[in-house]
Amino acid sequence: MKERVNKQHLFWRAGFGATPAQLREADRQPLRKVVSQLFTDSQAFTPLSVVADDQPDKKELKNRFKEGQLTRDMLKDRIRENRESIRDLNVRWVEQMTSGRAALREKMALFWHGHFACRNQNNVRMVQQYTNLIREKALGNFGDLLMAVSKSPAMLQFLNNQQNRKNAPNENFAREVMELFTLGRANYTEHDIKEAARAFTGWGFNPQGEFVFRRNVHDEGEKTVFGKTGNFQGDDIIKLLLERKETATFVTTKLYRFLVTDEIATDSADQQRISQLADQFYRSGYDTAGLLETIFTSDWFYDPKHIGAHIKSPVELLAGMQHSLGIHFEQKQPILYVQRTLGQVLLYPPNVAGWPGGRNWIDSSSLLFRMKLPDLVLKAGEVTIKPKDDGDVNTALLARKVNRLFASTIDWSTFEKAFQKGSEEHLLDELALYFLPQPLSPSQRNLLLTKVKKEAPRSEQIRTLTALLLSLPEYQLC
Amino acid sequence: MHRRKFFKQSAFATVGTMLIPSFLKAYESKHLGLNQPVGKTLVIVQLSGGNDGLNTVVPFRNDIYYRERPTIAIAPEKVLKLNDEIGFNPALEALKGLYDDGLVTVVNNVGYPNPDRSHFRSMDIWQTASDSDKYLTTGWLGRYLDANCQGNDCIAHRAIEVDDTLSLALKGQDLNGLALLDPKKLYNQTRSGLVAELSNIKPAAEVVASHPNVSYLYKTLAETASSAEIIYDKSKVTHTKTVYPASELGNRLKTVSELITSGVNTNVYYISISGFDTHINQPGQQERLLRQYAEAVAAFTKDLKTNGKLNDVLLMTFSEFGRRVKQNASNGTDHGTANNLFLIGGGLTPGRVFNEAPNLTNLDEGDLKYTVDFRSIYATLLRDWLKVDDQAVLGRQFETLKVVSRS
Repeated sequence: MKERVNKQHLFWRAGFGATPAQLREADRQPLRKVVSQLFTDSQAFTPLSVVADDQPDKKELKNRFKEGQLTRDMLKDRIRENRESIRDLNVRWVEQMTSGRAALREKMALFWHGHFACRNQNNVRMVQQYTNLIREKALGNFGDLLMAVSKSPAMLQFLNNQQNRKNAPNENFAREVMELFTLGRANYTEHDIKEAARAFTGWGFNPQGEFVFRRNVHDEGEKTVFGKTGNFQGDDIIKLLLERKETATFVTTKLYRFLVTDEIATDSADQQRISQLADQFYRSGYDTAGLLETIFTSDWFYDPKHIGAHIKSPVELLAGMQHSLGIHFEQKQPILYVQRTLGQVLLYPPNVAGWPGGRNWIDSSSLLFRMKLPDLVLKAGEVTIKPKDDGDVNTALLARKVNRLFASTIDWSTFEKAFQKGSEEHLLDELALYFLPQPLSPSQRNLLLTKVKKEAPRSEQIRTLTALLLSLPEYQLC
Repeated sequence: MHRRKFFKQSAFATVGTMLIPSFLKAYESKHLGLNQPVGKTLVIVQLSGGNDGLNTVVPFRNDIYYRERPTIAIAPEKVLKLNDEIGFNPALEALKGLYDDGLVTVVNNVGYPNPDRSHFRSMDIWQTASDSDKYLTTGWLGRYLDANCQGNDCIAHRAIEVDDTLSLALKGQDLNGLALLDPKKLYNQTRSGLVAELSNIKPAAEVVASHPNVSYLYKTLAETASSAEIIYDKSKVTHTKTVYPASELGNRLKTVSELITSGVNTNVYYISISGFDTHINQPGQQERLLRQYAEAVAAFTKDLKTNGKLNDVLLMTFSEFGRRVKQNASNGTDHGTANNLFLIGGGLTPGRVFNEAPNLTNLDEGDLKYTVDFRSIYATLLRDWLKVDDQAVLGRQFETLKVVSRS
């Protein structure tokens, strides 16, 4: 049984859980084989595409309007379509997490999305490019990913580097690249930021959405960063950042929190492991896949105290639920509605620091909604909770209330096949083992057993117990 | 920090040893049993979307204002004058009545250094009270809860947001506020499904011991159910006789008023209304919203007066930013920076225009420059009004505004 629990743990942390069929398959293999299979399954990369690469952005559309190529109504429609395409991209990405083969790739892309948090409401082409970039390089070399994200138009735009020019430097990008993407606070000085910002002058993008180095606005002078002096350009600063061991430690710590445990103790084995992992990451030249493999094949990763120590983010919760039961929503709204109500809308992170995660996900109302969610999803229950309108006219669509919002198809027959044998009590234990990180307490078990009719058909018993288990506080954990 | 940590651990230990019911009963009885005066109450009304301050409090003597806003400026004769320079938008007629009664203080030019013109980011800054280049994961009112939680007094409903979901402003490190649209709805939620039964049962002891997050979830659940019940029990006996406008804000302020008179142990209420992002055809939309705002606040104030609570309640209204001085080509305005805000209540030194009108000749890229840091307002609300340690919440000292009467 411990073997089964460990594999479920692996599937949850390295992806969005496993279906009963995936677990049955994994049962026949040693753990190492299961881990290597995760990487094999994630080898292929398929870009998401909701718009063509030459889709005009808002600015371009406005120009066309000014030149008389578009009427005002057409302009409005096109701008709205742009924004809706970003939501389509969001939904398509969640579909990849839910039913795509490359669960580990998508899980790590979700991590990098929180790490390199970026938002842009008007240019779907840039957002699409950014999303595919973090998905493509999710398991590759961190240095390559850092360089690519730093040069992506979406990030350059978000952090105002387009405005970073010689004689009028904008320090936003230089600051965040140090504070949030590499070193972490206290590992650089304000002087380093000022000088690095000068090196990044000229980094921008053209109307085709390609990175360009605009030499005419680049500050060619000498800069001193981390005590080193030279005629640095942006690429040099990224290299200097990767040379600093603090970068490996900072990223590894964040990854450990994401994959291993929400609560890292300050004076414990956690610290020692992070330090060893950071050493490996640094020595390997930032090989992300190698780091992940070490984590997933270490005994401590399967320490019972880590199993169930992570509060699922809203996207993990939803994608996991959909994946387990083969749920497909008829409309895209429920996917957006859940993200919005629980506070994690993909491609709309709150700010460049990403989602804080952990206990931040839970307050009285979000917990009640999470416990109500199975009722909405499994029974297309009535929607009574309205997410907050943030006041931005451009995101109002996300808050729209829709009747029969959660209409869906659920692949019960495949799911039920795995739970045909034994009494109701046995059934409850099997389902609890499948859905929850820890066994039920006797009082929980008794409570749930009072809710299931002994004479009901097996199928009904399975559905009733599933809905109950998914609404337990323990289901919020993995 | 040590004290907090200690409390956290002892609270979990209590949960862990299966004492949830008596643990909760202890503070329930404390709060139900004591008829202590609830002291001062703070009500925050957030106008989401960036309310256009210049058409809310109009500089009707300023030529630049009329020059930059040829089609949306408010004519001098329509302005409800507060002094020789500025006056309310005519849609704020009900608020002007309160101003004349000495209940409203207008603070001009409120903002923060290096302003951000994105809704999300600027609201984030206002709700967390951070510098514009820092990112905090807790809200200022959440930290107020954290800093003022002692012994058994750590309860979610000390700060209530009248809404379905909880804003960052009310999320603390150890404590969160409570979101409820109305007491009955929340109560019903906690009685439905497994929630009621689960809030009375215990997770396995060995799981709790090794998994603090399990305790955290059950503790949150038990406290929510307990708060929902206390609030519902108290609120069902108080029904205001004052007539409120049937707007969203009217309904929410009515709920706040009923909760205040019911004697629920809540010091802070939070409400947000939206629609202020007026890029297109601003005048009609903004006036509709301002009228709704003024009428709801006037009803609320009248209600408080009837109940003898006017001097104990202070209402603060803000928006995440003001708008550009120059109007755009669509009869609207785009995102700007500094803005005015209102403080309303009987506990203020007689209401007035607190400071100088915005300077339209000294702009930062077409936007107003701030002269009052919004955290000075927060410091005033915390130190002078709620009488708590503002530095524990804001992280450093900000000057207060000297607008609260000494009583």
